[in-house]
Amino acid sequence: MGAVIALQTASSMESPLLPDYTVGFITQSSTILEFSPTIISLILAGKVGSNVASEIGTMRVTEQIDALEIMGVNSLNFLILPKITAALVFFPVLVIFSMALSMFGGWLALLVSDLTTTEIYIMGIRSFFNPFHITYALTKTLVFGFLIVSIASFYGYYVKGGSLDVGRASTQAVVSGSIAILIANFILTQLMLLS
Amino acid sequence: MIEVKKVSKSFNGQKVLFDIEHVFEEGQVNLIIGQSGQGKSVLAKCIVGLYEPDEGQILFDKRNFTDMDRAQRSSIRQEIGMLFQGAALFDSMTVEQNVMFPLQMFTNMTKAEIQARTDFCLERVNLAGRNKLLPSECSGGMQKRVGIARAISMNPRYLFCDEPNSGLDPKTSIVIDKLIRDITKEYKITTVVITHDMNSVMEIGDHILFIHQGKKWWEGDRHSIINATNPEIESFVYASSFMKEIRTQLQKKAL
Repeated sequence: MGAVIALQTASSMESPLLPDYTVGFITQSSTILEFSPTIISLILAGKVGSNVASEIGTMRVTEQIDALEIMGVNSLNFLILPKITAALVFFPVLVIFSMALSMFGGWLALLVSDLTTTEIYIMGIRSFFNPFHITYALTKTLVFGFLIVSIASFYGYYVKGGSLDVGRASTQAVVSGSIAILIANFILTQLMLLS
Repeated sequence: MIEVKKVSKSFNGQKVLFDIEHVFEEGQVNLIIGQSGQGKSVLAKCIVGLYEPDEGQILFDKRNFTDMDRAQRSSIRQEIGMLFQGAALFDSMTVEQNVMFPLQMFTNMTKAEIQARTDFCLERVNLAGRNKLLPSECSGGMQKRVGIARAISMNPRYLFCDEPNSGLDPKTSIVIDKLIRDITKEYKITTVVITHDMNSVMEIGDHILFIHQGKKWWEGDRHSIINATNPEIESFVYASSFMKEIRTQLQKKAL
């Protein structure tokens, strides 16, 4: 992701008025503000969302959730709370990891293509760095993580029927989760960056 | 003892249970029988609280389950063991972990005590040494037996079995039936079995409730059901050629 941003920025920098470190700056800001939290969350909506919906859905249609309820276990708490907690803890870790990898990828691409030097790229990365952008990105990630797991859990928990319906619930969870991420992204950007 | 008092239940405006009134006796295997789609499973799910009855009451040893809140129901549910039609074992856990699960959740037993109780329950259902198998590695009969071991692990006062013999061969069915009957007598628990298997009826039916069109149609025991004159029961009991043949032989003998 970082490599593509760096190469695209470098290839479209035709004006001599733009400083060389612009490539590094654009890579840093695009990665932190948008690409890492949103794209990674969309990928996770597919991977984790479908997994959670199909796992809980299968437990529903095979009466495992009924078995929990009859034992006196609060199945909603027992099944969904740990998944939401795990998402809230690990999604930010993954996003921070992806930010670092993205900027490393940008540097590698520029170095291989001989478009700029390491010093200039690092200078760009460090230019106009606003720590609040990290807070903004991680806040988005937490909201996206909560949305992905809770929406997928909802579709899985309330599935009715058989294996075909579990598959359908899984697809619906991914679609609804992705749409929710895009809407939440707009709202959070409006609230955190523009108000 | 479980008392069902005038229980009715509807789905989307369509009534499936009509004022069912019945008592399930302690220390006996109580059967709920009837054709498919007559309301047997709905009644059982109303009793254990998976469905809320529209009207009526369910009493577990005089304790009104219907009026209880979630916390109170939870304490009653710890006295209930249930064997599901498909066993409903947790497929990510081993046989042993499935049996241990309720003990870990609801008791203050030590690790050693839990292990001992688990081994005892598995031994009781003839599955000693199969602790580390996953449900996917077990046969249908074994899964049912693990389900029974899990259901009895908490020393339940009430045992529910939803079609315990479905998908099993006749020999394994008899093993399961005997297990249910022995456990019921041994621990003096109130057992409710939902079935439409006539072999089970004749094998373990101490007290039988026949449900037809969502209504209590008949009650009796395994001896009286053979001679019941009610046409719906007759057509249910003698639906198979095998049972018809037995009836013919018995009538010939009587003559």
